[in-house]
Amino acid sequence: MTAVAIEGVWKYFGDYPALRDVSFTVDRGMCLALIGRNGAGKTTLLRILAGLSRSSKGRITILDQDARDQATRRQVGVLGHGIGIYEELSAEENLRLFARLYGVDNPGKIAMEWLERTGLERVRDGLVREFSRGMRQRLAVARAFLHNPTLLLLDEPFTALDDRAIKVLQDLMKKALADGRTIIMSTHQLREALELATDVALINRGRLAFRGERTQEMLEDPGWLYRHYGEA
Amino acid sequence: MNFLRQALAVAAKDLRSEIRSKESINASLAFALVILLLFSFAFDPTSDQVREIAGGLLWLVFAFAGTLILNRSFARELVNDCLDALLASPVSGAQLFLGKALANFLILLVVECLSIPVFTVFYNVHWKQSIGLFFVVMILGTWGLTVIGTLFSAMTVNLRLRELMLPMLVYPMMIPALMGAIQLSSLLVAGEPLGADNQIWFRLLIAFDVIFTALALALVETVLVG
Repeated sequence: MTAVAIEGVWKYFGDYPALRDVSFTVDRGMCLALIGRNGAGKTTLLRILAGLSRSSKGRITILDQDARDQATRRQVGVLGHGIGIYEELSAEENLRLFARLYGVDNPGKIAMEWLERTGLERVRDGLVREFSRGMRQRLAVARAFLHNPTLLLLDEPFTALDDRAIKVLQDLMKKALADGRTIIMSTHQLREALELATDVALINRGRLAFRGERTQEMLEDPGWLYRHYGEA
Repeated sequence: MNFLRQALAVAAKDLRSEIRSKESINASLAFALVILLLFSFAFDPTSDQVREIAGGLLWLVFAFAGTLILNRSFARELVNDCLDALLASPVSGAQLFLGKALANFLILLVVECLSIPVFTVFYNVHWKQSIGLFFVVMILGTWGLTVIGTLFSAMTVNLRLRELMLPMLVYPMMIPALMGAIQLSSLLVAGEPLGADNQIWFRLLIAFDVIFTALALALVETVLVG
């Protein structure tokens, strides 16, 4: 079954086409690593998938629905460049807020569960503005996962994470995949991403240059894809 | 019911953040009080002329103080890309707008309520029985300013000169609401009864609130996502 279908998507910023006729599908249960150089269009594509921006041309369906449908967004977890956490609220208040917005039953209980899973239960009442960078990142991971999303969209999920946050995120991603959820992640950290990925899509200057299964060859030599399909 | 619940969650979040940071309310209240005090020193508060313009002066102070609150409304979502996190959640643009407008309305109302005693003392106002009616005008006028201001706050959130652009865009749009509120407030401040011929200003305020609330709810999704 198809989780995400992208058909002929173009995105213009002014006259500049950031995405050019991108088409591919992602089946349920897959973990797709979306790779490409800086400015290739990975974040633009993920933002369109997350419903944060609209494509200029083309069609996107997520779980057989439009990306901006409320029902779709209830099933999608997004972890973007920013952590999406409020500085003036406590860790628990942040998670309660997002649990409410996602319509999760018993937001207080779910918030506490996720604080425990990310090792933040001791600072549950602490304001985020007083948190270290690693603590904020773990809280952001909890925010993205707390409503048990069917599809996870992760933009550079390992960038700037400390070791503990990387471990937390990797464990959660493995669990999500084991539960049959779908993950699409853009990344520059090929080694970490390819270890988890079942499939790979390479974007080069807004065009889809490669789409296929992750192979043993890619795992052993992460630069292989760039040498064969991308810019040298 | 779910629509209102999520809008209230956004409003509660904004109010909680504001109570902790006090960044909008402090700036807005200080501005309102200083302007009211300075004008009271500039004019003779007992003169008839000042009584006639006092209502207008009060609403201009509310409008200027309001933009300080409205400027922060969506701008506070830029920290840590919180606006993206909200837009990615199942909250619709209309729910997000309504929550933010409610929070802005309450914060501005607090500033106004704290400014009224200063206005009363320094402008020698005798409210008698008109204070109740004045609060009705204040609520209608403030909602009008808040609805327009919150929509334009969303439109200008990604502009570098948003602090300048918001007032430039929003004041012309506020004119009908300000006209109604100023006309009614001037009469109430002067202690004059509101006759049948003044009902048109009440109708104008109510129509402004209803029309612009509906327009903003319909347009805000396009404004935020494109």
